[in-house]
Amino acid sequence: MPDTAPATIEQHEYSNGLVLVGEVMPGVQSAAFTLLIPAGAAYEVADSVNVGGGAATMVAEWITRGAGSRDSRELLTALDNLGVSHSESAQTLHTSLSAATLGRNLVPALEIFADVVLQPHCDDEEVEPIRALCLQNLRSLEDDPGTKVIYELRRRHFPEPWGRPSPGTVEGISGLTGDALRRFYHAVYRPNGAILGVAGAIDWPRLKDAVGRLFGDWKPRPDPHLSEKPGGPRRDHILRETQQIQIALAHPSATVVSPDYYRARAAVAILGGYSSARLFTEVREKRGLCYSVYASYESQRARAAMLCYAGTSSDRAQETLDVIIAEVQRLGREGIEPEELETMRAGLKSSLIMAQESSMSRSSALASDWYFLGRVRPLEEISTELDALTPRSVSDYAAGFVHMRDLTILTLGPTALRFPVDSEV
Amino acid sequence: MLAMDFDSGILSDEPRLMMFHHTTLENGLEVIAELNDRAHSVAAGFFVKTGSRDEMADLAGVSHFLEHMIFKGTPRRDALTVNRDFDRVGAKHNAQTSEEDTFYHVTCLPEYLTPSFDVLADILRPTLREDDFETEKKVIIEEIRMYLDNPMSVAYEAAKTAHFGPHPLGNSILGTVDSITKLRVERLRDYFARRYSPANIVLGFAGKGDWGQLVELAVQHCAGWQGGPATRQADPVRGTGAFQAICREEDLQQTVVGVSDAPPLETEDRYAAHLLATILGDHTGSRLYWELIDPGLADGAELSYQDYNQAGAFFTFLSCEPGETQANLGRIAQIYRTVMAGGVTEEELNQAKNKVLARSVLRSERPMGRLASLGFQWMYRRAYLTLEAELEAFSRVTLGDLRRLLRDWPLWPMTIVSVGPTTDVHQPK
Repeated sequence: MPDTAPATIEQHEYSNGLVLVGEVMPGVQSAAFTLLIPAGAAYEVADSVNVGGGAATMVAEWITRGAGSRDSRELLTALDNLGVSHSESAQTLHTSLSAATLGRNLVPALEIFADVVLQPHCDDEEVEPIRALCLQNLRSLEDDPGTKVIYELRRRHFPEPWGRPSPGTVEGISGLTGDALRRFYHAVYRPNGAILGVAGAIDWPRLKDAVGRLFGDWKPRPDPHLSEKPGGPRRDHILRETQQIQIALAHPSATVVSPDYYRARAAVAILGGYSSARLFTEVREKRGLCYSVYASYESQRARAAMLCYAGTSSDRAQETLDVIIAEVQRLGREGIEPEELETMRAGLKSSLIMAQESSMSRSSALASDWYFLGRVRPLEEISTELDALTPRSVSDYAAGFVHMRDLTILTLGPTALRFPVDSEV
Repeated sequence: MLAMDFDSGILSDEPRLMMFHHTTLENGLEVIAELNDRAHSVAAGFFVKTGSRDEMADLAGVSHFLEHMIFKGTPRRDALTVNRDFDRVGAKHNAQTSEEDTFYHVTCLPEYLTPSFDVLADILRPTLREDDFETEKKVIIEEIRMYLDNPMSVAYEAAKTAHFGPHPLGNSILGTVDSITKLRVERLRDYFARRYSPANIVLGFAGKGDWGQLVELAVQHCAGWQGGPATRQADPVRGTGAFQAICREEDLQQTVVGVSDAPPLETEDRYAAHLLATILGDHTGSRLYWELIDPGLADGAELSYQDYNQAGAFFTFLSCEPGETQANLGRIAQIYRTVMAGGVTEEELNQAKNKVLARSVLRSERPMGRLASLGFQWMYRRAYLTLEAELEAFSRVTLGDLRRLLRDWPLWPMTIVSVGPTTDVHQPK
């Protein structure tokens, strides 16, 4: 692994449970933060909460519409004046607030976001505009088949509520009242379990004090209890009059905390993580079956998945699905070649080092590492783990891919495809 | 060989942080580099001055098709080897085709520049095999179909065609299923021979590197490239102001793209144009945002500025419920007429400058973020602008500049294309 400029990583846990993780990055002038709050769409169905689908997304929008001493317009104007690029979004597990700006504007930006999180106005007159906006976002999602199919795949693959789509449902959003949204906010927005990752041109002692001053009054609340229910179905088709059929597959994978994590990441990358990976080679380069085809990895604390995606015309969709499944199977049966492992390592290591050039990507990596591991993995540790992989160890892991019963398959488009049955393999 | 050196300390007290270099090889290929010792990576790119505006009608989509074919192999490598040789050193590579340019780029760790550049330069002299051509034809038709499933892409393509009329800026980048099906490999080879001559290409580097080594790499791999000069007919153009409603019953939302004329890339007005688009139509905190998104009247409403060789355009994007389309177009017309009559405020201008400054700094922290800006500046303006100089140009824009811009380049009326379930939409009065 080549030399990298030294970055220092610091961490601090405040008495209310909020964790601050900071990385001073030499050579950058920007600073970025990612605040993960355990307030994602999954909590809409927490035992004590029970509100309609879409509440997390509506609340993430609501809290920015006026907070502290600023009304909605003053708040956005203040962020603009500081040159803050920001986004607020609810995902399945977390609501994520992220922002990037020049290093000197970081603490003033955090002051505004502390108001957003702790003192949102939550005015009732904002509810109808937000409802209209969220309903339209849902309609636009219906017009975007490639994104839609991945949301629907997660919903089927993971047990509820772990695959719950954050955009919500028409019924859910239509029925949510201001009181229900307030109940969601009060029940789930909490510092215990929240993580603030900050990276870039930062002064750690000053940042630590500022975050303590700004977020110190945030009161902890009990973690809401989530009950798990089965997902499914494992094989499904959504009928749509589109040009292309969307093909999406999910297979269980090892989580970030699992000892098999690096083997799992290697297997996914070798299957479909780059242009010389198997899916791109077999589906696109050799057969010209589609434009877009890939495999990716995603993890929660207790479950993870390998996702595969392709979009192609009706008359070629069956062959595309068959080739993808055959490649998953071949990886399981025959394992990997030493050269593939080298390529995978080079790609992952390069990505990690290049991420050192972006405060935004580092801040989100810090928050994510802390969420999974309660610490931040140094680059050398990741590098050592990758070096320790062998063709045999990755092949042994990939052997699990032969179990078709674990595979969730979803297609979306004008015609259904023939799915393999478990006994075929 | 000519060589020039500039230095600058981008927004920093440290002098000589960035070094700019330039040279021209004997065959006409220009090589530029902005080197930064503190970067972790290096980005390299070939900027080929050719795109859909350089295509005759029967070649629609050939520039983009050629971009795909460039990756299909050379006398030294087949397509699988091209992919493998980039990936084995962890190099991130890609390409993009626009109306005017085809841009091939790679980003890698500095110690892998030599093998990465060996592939990138090699593929710019492709074999263009017929069997690869036929396989790739299928991939491109799938790419076209993918965009046909995206209402905004359909509206954007149709709006450019409606606005520019017969002018080649109205050409489709991807072409159509029909034009691609009919395209023959000989025509693609001929297009390559005419457009990919060294004098029509700029080679750029950004990030960590040694200028002497970069020149050596360029000479070693590119000095043997041949071909005469390529020309482009870049006639100025004014938009048609046409109106078109395309029915797509299956869509749930209505998608509208509007086009108004804007300053060309050759003028300094492009800075004012970019700031005006930010004030009126940034995705957050702009006049369109407050008028349409904040009250929930639309889920998308933006204005952006696109500069071209001898032309320019302001693009208005709208996504909303079909029944609200006509009223929203009226609201947009009102916003544009108001700003044309009364200009913008000092406060709005300062906010826009702050946004542009911070975003430029963030983007420029990655070598790849600098490379595109460097290459296009050099290709069209023969100019090297440090990030500081670019930011300085934005900060000089005055309220008077914006008033003049709005007088010379009125936003309203504009060409409008509406796509979605309703055709009950018309040009607002």
